[in-house]
Amino acid sequence: MTKRISAPFGPETVKSLRAGDRVLLSGKIWTGRDAAHKRLCALLDEGKALPVNLENELIYFVGPCPASPGKVIGSAGPTTSGRMDAYSPRLIDACHLAGMIGKGNRSAAVVEAMKRGPAVYFAATGGAGALISKCIKKADVAAFGDLGPEAIFRLEIEDLPLVVAIDCYGKSLY
Amino acid sequence: MERIVKFDEVVEAAAALCGKAACFLPEDVKKSLLAAAEKETGELGKEFFRQYAENFRIAEADKLPLCQDTGFAVWFVEYGTDVRLDKGDIYAALDEGTRRGYTRNYLRKSIVSDPLFDRRNTRDNTPCIVHLKLVPGDKIGLTLAPKGGGSENMSALKMLKPSDGRAGVVKFVVDTVVSAGGNPCPPTVVGVGIGGTMEKAAILAKIALLRKVGAPNEDPRYAELEAEILEKINASGVGPQGLGGDVTSLAVHILFHPCHLASLPVAVNINCHAARHAQIVL
Repeated sequence: MTKRISAPFGPETVKSLRAGDRVLLSGKIWTGRDAAHKRLCALLDEGKALPVNLENELIYFVGPCPASPGKVIGSAGPTTSGRMDAYSPRLIDACHLAGMIGKGNRSAAVVEAMKRGPAVYFAATGGAGALISKCIKKADVAAFGDLGPEAIFRLEIEDLPLVVAIDCYGKSLY
Repeated sequence: MERIVKFDEVVEAAAALCGKAACFLPEDVKKSLLAAAEKETGELGKEFFRQYAENFRIAEADKLPLCQDTGFAVWFVEYGTDVRLDKGDIYAALDEGTRRGYTRNYLRKSIVSDPLFDRRNTRDNTPCIVHLKLVPGDKIGLTLAPKGGGSENMSALKMLKPSDGRAGVVKFVVDTVVSAGGNPCPPTVVGVGIGGTMEKAAILAKIALLRKVGAPNEDPRYAELEAEILEKINASGVGPQGLGGDVTSLAVHILFHPCHLASLPVAVNINCHAARHAQIVL
């Protein structure tokens, strides 16, 4: 069965999702990967405000290709989530991040933070960047524009195909 | 007889290959993916194979990169000893070709200036990496194998002891691929370099990825070894995207080289299911 959900979403939706559920996600999400995560956590360390609100939001681990003329965005598949393991618990605990989208397994510390959150982890299809770009209807740089492909974008998406890889109860498909 | 090739001809050919490699999956890789889809019995796995096929069709039709990670531009050059460029050198030509190709085709620029301190994006995907081989003749053969970070990160090299033997090689390769899980976007192509020195094994592993996917080794002993490693990898159940299934790797390709009597170097270079490459002879 495929569930259709819309982001951002609160804890009730997080709790309704189970590992193995197939999801078509619509709505608005943030992007962020290595360099953006490092900067977000550095701002938290300094007690400064973040440039984006993460409460009840999803972060998609992606560094898209530039848009060619007439297109919203270039190819935009997930990157390996493990590199964000050092940062994700902080964003779940301090900012109430509702979930993450990426590819590959997460650390035990991330899963524990997801249980506390609660937060959910979705797997997008790695290597299907062209297909995924078709689900993105709008893309604007929201913060850290100097990072190029690693900037934080606000994406508006429609029916992005995902799988709940790890749920907020700690159950994992990996 | 010396033949003069224009620097700009090399630059433009290289730039065109950047766009081609990023957007058009080679026929052998497509065939291998479609054949593997038939073998997959997992429900999620089948869905991923459906998405891979749709992805390479969209990429080709819309000239969109197959994957947003359009990679490090790794060039394998067969440079005829009778060729001379009218100006500059092959390294400069390939850097300029990479720069133009990645910019003109809206490919992602993924190279940072140094690995540890600034990590500033160079904004044009240079410098590229060039593996140069001198060959007889008056031609320049260019092969581009753009390499994504996710699969490259899961690669490994180990200096085994000769006493570790065949079983040691099987174990190291299988463990490397299985512990990579979903990170390198399985089903993967696994390049293995055995023998030589440390760096020779690593380069062989990368060159092995260029073979037509699933074409068996010419040496029957190594062909059998490839089949055994592939079977063990696929018995792991890691599956497409690491979310379970029958097909974790599409193929294992081994290249070997004579080595020191004290050594048994083994390198494993993993490629994602979008095993991209493109070539031209000038």
